[in-house]
Amino acid sequence: MSPRILFSTTRRVLTQLRHDKRTLALVVLVPVVLLTLVYYLFEKQPGVFNEIGLIMLGLFPFAIMFLITSIAMLRERTSGTLERLLTTPLNKPDLLFGYGLSFGLVAAVQAGVATGLAYWAFNLSTAGTTGLVIVFAVADAILGVALGLFFSAFARTEFQAVQFMPLVVFPQIFLCGLFAPRDQMAGWMQALSKVMPLTYAVQGLQEVGAHVDPTPLMWRDLIIVVGCIVLALSFAAATLRRRTD
Amino acid sequence: MDVAIEVRDLVVVRGHKEVLHGIGTSVATGGVTGLLGPSGSGKTTLMRAIVGVQKVRSGSVTVLGQPAGSAALRSRIGYLTQAPSVYADMTVRENVRYFASLYKGVTRADADRAIADVGLSDAANQMVGSLSGGQFSRASLACALVGKPDVLVLDEPTVGLDPVLREELWRKFRELAASGVTLLVSSHVMDEAGRCDRLILIREGRIIADDTVDAVRRAADTHDLDEAFLRLIRAQEPVEVAS
Repeated sequence: MSPRILFSTTRRVLTQLRHDKRTLALVVLVPVVLLTLVYYLFEKQPGVFNEIGLIMLGLFPFAIMFLITSIAMLRERTSGTLERLLTTPLNKPDLLFGYGLSFGLVAAVQAGVATGLAYWAFNLSTAGTTGLVIVFAVADAILGVALGLFFSAFARTEFQAVQFMPLVVFPQIFLCGLFAPRDQMAGWMQALSKVMPLTYAVQGLQEVGAHVDPTPLMWRDLIIVVGCIVLALSFAAATLRRRTD
Repeated sequence: MDVAIEVRDLVVVRGHKEVLHGIGTSVATGGVTGLLGPSGSGKTTLMRAIVGVQKVRSGSVTVLGQPAGSAALRSRIGYLTQAPSVYADMTVRENVRYFASLYKGVTRADADRAIADVGLSDAANQMVGSLSGGQFSRASLACALVGKPDVLVLDEPTVGLDPVLREELWRKFRELAASGVTLLVSSHVMDEAGRCDRLILIREGRIIADDTVDAVRRAADTHDLDEAFLRLIRAQEPVEVAS
């Protein structure tokens, strides 16, 4: 990996986004709109938003970033720029981590705005600090980025790419403990839940919600999420083929 | 003769179809070699093999003494894909600067020079997506030139350009060749063949002529390269028996 190329690739992706103001606006606004809906959905049930809203702060950026990056990578592939890049001194991790960094920055803004709204407009209260909630929200978004980049390797068309979103994202949402407590699931579902990275992202947020000080479990969850990000980006780089048919 | 590109017994299968049937050629350092042939003849596939992005069934491709696609080669080779491959959602300058940044020691000034070389200085701040087709492909060409490569592989660089611009680009190619750069330029129009030093004529995945322009003309006994191509094809095909 070359820091120079990593940096310039990060910059290039951000430049593309800067030219696409509507996408940037959507990235920031979509979680805000969804969070508002969720807030009013549970307005009459005190305490529920504190649980559900908190988890949503991790879920929305995860799902949105997954979709955006898988399309971004697919565009790189179908426009021929990927093939061209692979004939230059650029190394595959430069490209993947460059995407990870640039979308990670965008995700930080997205998570910051959504979290701010949840606390100040919707009176979200957590035992732990706001800073830690943002850390998890950003980590979840970057997890979405990394998985999106990885799974886009298996899509040849946009039609295929968008379907990876329900396929990869929905099961993780079903089994992460949001709809049913994980310890009440059937054994095989618990096992599935244990290998899904979103489970740890959500658990980490719940830990921040319930405890004043960071717990060992929360740190473990954060390490697992970050580990999954690095792993997914590395796999994405490894599955990128320089030579194709 | 100093060899820049050496292709030996190259067999490439795409899908279930063999598109290159064990071809071989060698391209000397410096000069412009034209890769001519009809659409679908295997020109692009051969070029992709040379820049190292094509899966090959068998045979070998060596560029500047190293296996095609090896890491050390990637800073010394420039590739222009047939369909322009630049980012439509950035300006010309942003595109060329990004590609410049991938090469060590290539500066922003070099990027501006590459933009000027393809005649896009006036459109440097325009979004690539809003350019005309010809400008779009020149933006792509600037990104191939910017890394100051020793070997330039250009897949149909002048398609859709007006004659004046074509003339200018060919002057640039000749200038690069004179400075020692090896250019492999594909085209399916024969009037460009005359501007090359050497020609490789390819048809249905086989090389049917590989020589200097004059030698190709002599072999076919005609000055008209279009006619020469036709005669060379006929000479290779089994003669159909007239009843």
